[in-house]
Amino acid sequence: MEKNFVNVNIDGTEYKVEAGLNVLEACRSVGVEIPFFCYHPNLKVAGSCRMCLVVTGMPARDRATGKPVLNPDGSPVIAFSPKPTISCGTKVAEGMHVITDSALVRSCREGVLEFLLLNHPLDCPICDKAGECKLQEYAHTFGKADSRYVEAKNVKPKKVEFAGKIFIDAERCILCSRCIRFAKEVVGRDIFGFIKRGSKTEIAVYSDTDTNYLINAADICPVGAITEKAFRFKMRTWFLKVTKGISSESSAGVNTRVWSRNGVIYRITPRENPEVNGPWMSDTGRYEYVESGEKIACAQIDSSPCDSSYAADRCVEIMKLGGVAVVANGSQTLEEMFMLKKLSDACAAKVYMASHTGSDDGFLVSADRKPNTRGAFVTGLISEYPKADLSDLLGEVNSGAVKTIICFGEDLAKLGFDSAALKKANVVYVGREACETSREAKICVPVSGVFEKSGMWINRQFRLQKFEAAVSAPSGMMFESEFISLILRSLTGGSFQTPSIGEIRARMEAEIPCLAGCSKVGDGGMPIDGSKYSGEPFPEKPAFMFGKEEK
Amino acid sequence: MAVEQNRIIYEHIGLEGWNASISKYVGSGGYEILRRTVSRDRAELCSEMEKSKLRGRGGAGFPIGMKWKFLDRKSGKPIYLICNADESEPGTCKDRMIIYQDPHKLIEGIMCAAYAIDAKQAFIYIRGEYINGYRILQKAISEARASGFVGSNICGGSYSCDITVCRGGGCYVCGEETGLISSLAGGRGYPKIKPPYFPAVLGLYDCPTVVNNVESLCWVPVVFDKGGEAVSKIGSPMDPGTHVWGVSGLVQRPGRYEITTGSCTLGEMLYDLCGGPLPGRRFKAIIPGGSSMKILRWDEKFSIKDADGNIVERRVEDIPLDAQSFMACGTAIGSCGMIVMDNTVDMVEALANLNAFYAHESCGQCTPCREGSLWISRITRRICDGWGREEDVELLTSIADNICGRTICAHGESVAWPVQSNVGKFKEEYYEKIQRQKSQGGMARLDNNAYRLI
Repeated sequence: MEKNFVNVNIDGTEYKVEAGLNVLEACRSVGVEIPFFCYHPNLKVAGSCRMCLVVTGMPARDRATGKPVLNPDGSPVIAFSPKPTISCGTKVAEGMHVITDSALVRSCREGVLEFLLLNHPLDCPICDKAGECKLQEYAHTFGKADSRYVEAKNVKPKKVEFAGKIFIDAERCILCSRCIRFAKEVVGRDIFGFIKRGSKTEIAVYSDTDTNYLINAADICPVGAITEKAFRFKMRTWFLKVTKGISSESSAGVNTRVWSRNGVIYRITPRENPEVNGPWMSDTGRYEYVESGEKIACAQIDSSPCDSSYAADRCVEIMKLGGVAVVANGSQTLEEMFMLKKLSDACAAKVYMASHTGSDDGFLVSADRKPNTRGAFVTGLISEYPKADLSDLLGEVNSGAVKTIICFGEDLAKLGFDSAALKKANVVYVGREACETSREAKICVPVSGVFEKSGMWINRQFRLQKFEAAVSAPSGMMFESEFISLILRSLTGGSFQTPSIGEIRARMEAEIPCLAGCSKVGDGGMPIDGSKYSGEPFPEKPAFMFGKEEK
Repeated sequence: MAVEQNRIIYEHIGLEGWNASISKYVGSGGYEILRRTVSRDRAELCSEMEKSKLRGRGGAGFPIGMKWKFLDRKSGKPIYLICNADESEPGTCKDRMIIYQDPHKLIEGIMCAAYAIDAKQAFIYIRGEYINGYRILQKAISEARASGFVGSNICGGSYSCDITVCRGGGCYVCGEETGLISSLAGGRGYPKIKPPYFPAVLGLYDCPTVVNNVESLCWVPVVFDKGGEAVSKIGSPMDPGTHVWGVSGLVQRPGRYEITTGSCTLGEMLYDLCGGPLPGRRFKAIIPGGSSMKILRWDEKFSIKDADGNIVERRVEDIPLDAQSFMACGTAIGSCGMIVMDNTVDMVEALANLNAFYAHESCGQCTPCREGSLWISRITRRICDGWGREEDVELLTSIADNICGRTICAHGESVAWPVQSNVGKFKEEYYEKIQRQKSQGGMARLDNNAYRLI
């Protein structure tokens, strides 16, 4: 659909802005910032904070004739509205004039900030939101330095814990109703609500209304009224380094920000991508960084520690005996899968994969709990949707056809292999997490975890998305692609150096037509042509931005 | 010339032997107009209403005919009519008498209006505290329904419309039409932003809705009976009809007086009808229409342009009783609930009282009104408690300026106007009070009765 544009005069300068936008977004699109609290682009307009007040006017028309009224110099007379209007609730119109920087507008902003700060506890020094708090930012930019308030402040409930995930502080709340609207419009039911009236109004929460999207309320809270429990008093936001990630929770491919400091991840928040997840993400996806299980500290051969490169050499020796099978993993990056395909071709290994499915919530947690199952199709690693277990492989092992299994991060013990079966074949376990398989494995090679490597995944929409390494892996840890290329080189006698991610991407572009342009994918990702695989029984249900029209 | 009342809306109120039953109302010729109305052309009825130039009696004074004209009739959605009986403005008590003593007049008005705008359903949103009024209306509606004036096939015609009475939860802001609609639909009584929530387009359940005051609806049968032209000739041309003035406060005979607009002046009403100030006292100030309107100082003088374009000086007692004349003096008649104060009234106390009300009744939705109203109230309370500071006087005005015109609904103005006018016009009293408290100290701080002469 073609976009329509209207001419709008903002602070004396003529701009062409998209028709249908509200004044706030229109001003933002041309770089004029209007402060706001309650407005959220993904929620309905409430218009209650009154921070975004501006003066708007339309060219005056003669009441009787309907003709434009002109100044002596021929320019139209602008009839400005007598009262300031909320820019979030006003749509732009042809010829509209907007004043965002006059004495009146400044006094409106100053007044609103003064009102908001009257009963605000001003506990920024101990508030987790400090540093990313709209109230704090605007108070510095538009507010007054001193307070004229000498009366007692309102007292409201503080540190109310809800669902074990968030804390609600009603004193900090500026009653913008964003969380209420979020619950109603995005989650689809009432979770938050106001009680009491006037200045005594409090944000409150209905009991037993937990949802897997609750912490989004903490993200959209413009102040520190709703804070995430796991991040509470852990770290000041300005010390944290932000890297762009993709949630590995499911094939939804939620875009994330990973916040870390000195190699420690403190939290994960959603990164807005209107094509994938909007500004939302699931609560379960936020806690992927929490290290649950034991990690593999160093490479092992028959449970005795050794150097990784030595382990790789031993691995090659075993593989040369033939009867190799590869167990790929839907969490592997596209680059790793591409290299793995080369490896499996080189040693004529059959590739097995297990599907991991769960219930589909119809929003941002899809049924396929692996982020890159479609990548396995695209790289040619698999040609049909994987089964939930590896019984085929088990049969091959028992029949003796498969002598060596190179397993990437899958716990074979959970996929039908008992201890005897694990002992029957030579298992090479390549992964980060220690598990039954890694303990039983002949060779165990630790590689970088999901937050320690960069790569690309293809989500349920066949959208190619890249993510960056948030933290660096412990020393001695190889990248998975590095390990694969190491054994590939030894097997084939190739002389090339371990390829960089960029080199792998360039080769993918050259060899796989639908990945053309993949080395230049931006932060928003790139949809690729997945029509070839439309017949596959993908388990995802229609959901947000996937399979059903929704905004 | 003696001032006379012209009882049109209040024709039955206070009559000897009158009661709220349908037999009395029908006996006095009631429901005859409705009977005639249901066979008339709707467009013609609406144009009669427009021709009458009657203004709404709820306080804002928006022309009734215009409100009906703005209705979105093309959407195909049902149209609703809501009677706003949430009379909560301090000083206003006119609708209550109609509901208590002459409910059938209101019901006839509602049905006539509902027919004219082709409403699918009519609602009466009655103030929660009017419990008896609610019962009276319920009884009256069931009587009218039994007689075929409400419900299906009204007066034997093809038009059907029922009336539902809904009690408010005791919130002042629910008298604001969009707040009323939110409350009636089951939500918090939060006024909505306009645009897009103009009741005529997106009202109750997002359907086109007309919200009219009780007194306004009582005018509908009068207009349909006499014709718009005739009604527009009653009283002032810009504000025709009569107003029911509810005079309360320190006068000899407070009460409700229905007066043709412009037929007498404020002084004539207060002295001739209300009997003037209490013995030995002088008028000091009046609030013309409901407590939210700007206060008038009794010794104020205004320079007004008269009909010939000459500037004339006008005293407060010479203001004619119509909307335009009060507007020219910088205030408004609002809902005509006049509050009279005499020289024994401490203006700071009076304002503190109003501020406490408006702070309590702010819905809490938008920032300036929510925080500002309580702040103002706390300041005036503190001054009355003996801890005023000189800078508070300027502060009050400054806060009021920061609220006025920057809120979703008119409650912001309701908070700001009394403060702006009261502090502006009686500034010396504030300073005097604060200085006296400071200089005397101790218990004298709590002496709030210094202005009481008796």
